Amino acid sequence: MIKVDRLTRTYGGFTAVDDVSFTCQPGRVTGFLGPNGAGKTTTMRIMVGLTPPTRGTVTIGGLDYHDIPNPGRHVGVLLDAGAQHAGRTGREILTLGAKTMGLPMSRVDEMLALVSLTDAEAKRRMRNYSLGMKQRLGIAHALLGDPSVLILDEPANGLDPAGIRWMRDLLKGYANRGGTVLLSSHLLNEVELVADEMILIGRGKIVAQGDKASLLAQSGPAAALVTSLDNERLAGALQAKGYAAAPAGSGLRVDAEPAEVGRAALEAGVVLTDLRSGARGLEDLFLELTAGTQREGHPEAATQLQEGAQA
Amino acid sequence: MSTTTPSSSAAGPSMTLDVSGTPKVPFTRLVGVELRKIYDTRAGRWLLGAIVLITAAIMTIFFFAADGPDRTFGNFIGISATPQGFLLPVLGILLVTSEWSQRTAMVTFSLEPARTKVIAAKTVAALIFGLAAFVAALVVAAVCTVLGGAEGGFDDLETKLFALFLALQLLTILQGLAYGLILLNTPAAIVTFFVLPIASSIVFSLVSALRDLAPWLDLGTAQEPLFSSFGGAGLTGEQYAQLGTTTLIWIVVPFVLGWIRVLRAEVK
Repeated sequence: MIKVDRLTRTYGGFTAVDDVSFTCQPGRVTGFLGPNGAGKTTTMRIMVGLTPPTRGTVTIGGLDYHDIPNPGRHVGVLLDAGAQHAGRTGREILTLGAKTMGLPMSRVDEMLALVSLTDAEAKRRMRNYSLGMKQRLGIAHALLGDPSVLILDEPANGLDPAGIRWMRDLLKGYANRGGTVLLSSHLLNEVELVADEMILIGRGKIVAQGDKASLLAQSGPAAALVTSLDNERLAGALQAKGYAAAPAGSGLRVDAEPAEVGRAALEAGVVLTDLRSGARGLEDLFLELTAGTQREGHPEAATQLQEGAQA
Repeated sequence: MSTTTPSSSAAGPSMTLDVSGTPKVPFTRLVGVELRKIYDTRAGRWLLGAIVLITAAIMTIFFFAADGPDRTFGNFIGISATPQGFLLPVLGILLVTSEWSQRTAMVTFSLEPARTKVIAAKTVAALIFGLAAFVAALVVAAVCTVLGGAEGGFDDLETKLFALFLALQLLTILQGLAYGLILLNTPAAIVTFFVLPIASSIVFSLVSALRDLAPWLDLGTAQEPLFSSFGGAGLTGEQYAQLGTTTLIWIVVPFVLGWIRVLRAEVK
């Protein structure tokens, strides 16, 4: 539904988005993950025509965003929940959107109810909104025109845990009904639970993409963490099968699939109390893939800068 | 239809958007939204209130201060021109620059990506307010003249001059919009709007080599006959030509440059 094709955007000598291509399918939530400044927001701004690309194209449903008539009815956009007039009330902000799109005013009330903003809160001015309330209002604004595509930049930012779960359910339901969702985040945990597909971006380049299973498949050899009533006997049984087992905490860390560990325990007659995958999670993968692009991963760059300043 | 049902769900997942049933956003609706943006914030309502109150106050002061024979309809209108000429352009400036300072341009341009249409809608909305202010001034002036005006207070009416006077008000609003579009920054646009004409007048009156050119190049000098001849003689052909060149330099060119800037600007 959203097709990004060899997109590049440069600012002088700096390349914010570097030859990025991906597709978002209808009926799926696509997570757009990357550290701060990786190029997520720039990509999303290009999608909706706010920033011209240097090279490459983006189409939504086969159309350039500029060619979508009354785009609010087809594509719901939330790029920055704070980008609203501080002096307008929440209700007024939705009213302006509804009027532009030609929607009945009842739609404003429906959306306020959907995002659980009370009447009193809707009458408050934007400057008195908490970040979480701004996000809710921004999501209400994006859903106003009953669009079939949602483009949300860091929508969970500022929401409390209950709010994050609420949004997760909302987006899941939306995608289950055939909608296309692209949401960005710099927090893996926010995206991992909701996204069917993930796109990892770092320093303007896509470093990995795919669903969770296929991403994990490339994240290194299998491992299991196991605890049993008789760890020593289990370790012996595993070593007999050729699997290395080392003590880890109250249990063992084994270089094998959890299923193999279970089988070994069954054969040895050892009672397991805990068995889970010890493979590196998505977070390790995420950090590793974007390591070259993390600010924290470049201490030498910082010291070079300091030396330069002293010279 | 439930509140969040995507419209494509009925047809099953599809990779194309069906936009055949969606008309473009009509221009009149955009103008309606821009008109609403003028008065839907507290700042906007204060500015509108100030324009109405100051216009009424200055006419009342004139009513009591002027000698009987001077209390003509034309003079009442003329006296309202000053505050309106100062405040209405600020309204135009804010209509453009607040989209940048409050960053609402992101929302405005994602709902209507045709930026020229949005600029046109803002221009029409600002001119509608200018027209409304002029009509309000006419009404207050008429009331003042009827209540205590000079005998034959309506004798000095000349339609052409009223039209010119209105045109001048509207051009001033356009000038405000133009500086707003070029600078996209509220304080800078307001300061430029007020300081630039004064600076220009000073330069043209101090530099003797430029003095002869002033009516052709300096907006204030070219517009002066409009004020001085109000209720009196009409303008000569040369004066019209001078109004034309100065309007081109000070209003049309900045407006076009500002328009191009907004078309090219990256909206953040």
